[in-house]
Amino acid sequence: MAQVRFVQHDGSEKCVEVQRDVSVMLAAVRSGIRGIDGECGGCLDCATCHVYVDEGQASSVPPPSEEELELLSAVSGERKPNSRLSCQLKVLAPLKELVVRVPARQS
Amino acid sequence: MTGLVVIGASYAGVQAALAARDAGYSQPITIVCDEDWLPYQRPPLSKDFLLGRISEQNLILRDETFFESKQINLVLGHRATAIDLRARRVTLPGDNALRFEKLVIGTGSRARRIAVPGADLDGICYLRSVTDAIDLKVRLADAAEIVIVGGGFIGLEVAASAAKLGKKVTVVEASKRLLERAVSPMVSTFLLDTHLQAGVNVLLNEAVTSFKGDDRTVASVVLGNGASVRADLVLVGIGGIANDELASSAGLKCTNGIVVDEHGQSETSGIFAAGDCANHFNRFCESWIRLESVQNAQDQAKAAGLAIAGARGPYESVPRFWSDQYDVKLQIVGLAGQYDRHAVRGSIDDGRFSVFYYRQGRLVAVDSVNRPGEQMAARRLIAGGVSPTPEEAADPSFDLKSLVTAGDKAGA
Repeated sequence: MAQVRFVQHDGSEKCVEVQRDVSVMLAAVRSGIRGIDGECGGCLDCATCHVYVDEGQASSVPPPSEEELELLSAVSGERKPNSRLSCQLKVLAPLKELVVRVPARQS
Repeated sequence: MTGLVVIGASYAGVQAALAARDAGYSQPITIVCDEDWLPYQRPPLSKDFLLGRISEQNLILRDETFFESKQINLVLGHRATAIDLRARRVTLPGDNALRFEKLVIGTGSRARRIAVPGADLDGICYLRSVTDAIDLKVRLADAAEIVIVGGGFIGLEVAASAAKLGKKVTVVEASKRLLERAVSPMVSTFLLDTHLQAGVNVLLNEAVTSFKGDDRTVASVVLGNGASVRADLVLVGIGGIANDELASSAGLKCTNGIVVDEHGQSETSGIFAAGDCANHFNRFCESWIRLESVQNAQDQAKAAGLAIAGARGPYESVPRFWSDQYDVKLQIVGLAGQYDRHAVRGSIDDGRFSVFYYRQGRLVAVDSVNRPGEQMAARRLIAGGVSPTPEEAADPSFDLKSLVTAGDKAGA
């Protein structure tokens, strides 16, 4: 098991335990994290699970695919260099805790 | 018990309860559902689940911990049998009842049954629930020749999955083109070519008149022209019907679904409906509409949940849909309906394009095939009421996102 810390736009935080084979999006939905809808279930169609990966951890997660980058190109929340779709993120060993910020708005 | 009662634990029901709780609703919340499963994801049922790429366990969308943490009481395996609006009570089997202050009906929709001779033969399947999907997956493993009745989203997605599994697949569609209600002829033709290239036999303008069986199991599908197609498995995907009988029996106004306002509220105060079972006026479509999509269920239920908690957040999303077939990612925003002009951006031949649809000069819908970036921009353009000209839309060097920014500012 690993952990994901979700930091909301207003600064409130919630830590969620996550199995390493479960995406950060699914972990968020299962825990009712505000601002992460994950409508399409992770097949890169909806872009409703946009998050910002902690700057210091960007290299601890695999880089985005071309398709993910295309979706991120016009998300309604601010697009930042550390923008990711959380359905594509898993907490890979040896990382124990991944910190992500939830944007002010989702598409 | 008083407080909020929700009937149905799929996307709409759970989202309404969650939104109400998160917005500060402090009364008890109970969700009652006729299925025995924890809330699960439905879109993968016709795709990754059939292909064995996602387990039953990973279909689960919300678990017991979620409901405990949100103080929502989840009652599975109980079908509500009646609603008494005056006594504010939902009847459950065995003389049980739940009293409520507010009610959300999220009963969803069911598959339309085909009414032709032989329709009750074994091996004629429908796909709506995880139980249906498990059954279909098991049967698919043993089947060699599959006939899909209906060239809509579910039919085509199952056709693609079955073709990928190496099955002989025939799609029978009554109208002249695939996905007729959802996409334009250009996209229909593209999808037809895609399925044909994958080896799927597609019969258009063909009605199914009966099923023939061997020993009560389906063996062939008889068409209107008298021909028959061998089949050891049939999947019927000919549309959905709103589960609104509980509501209409209770006296709620139903017209192809429970009639609700922009807060998901019915004509009776405190009684809400959301998702596949509800019919709302959509300002982007300029019409009353009942939508079957995850986005509609979730966004409409959010509006209902907020209203229940005394907050405001009307439902005014542009409808959006998606479908994955083979390596085709089809994304749709808006409803093209009777469009009077269109523009194609990208290359249909290369399988990477978007079609922009206009009504009276206004951009109303965009279908994208393997163009997720354009689709994202289109969503924001339509939501913001910004229309590139058809010439701009068709010009690959024109930056759609520059208009998006302008639209966001104008809307702010």
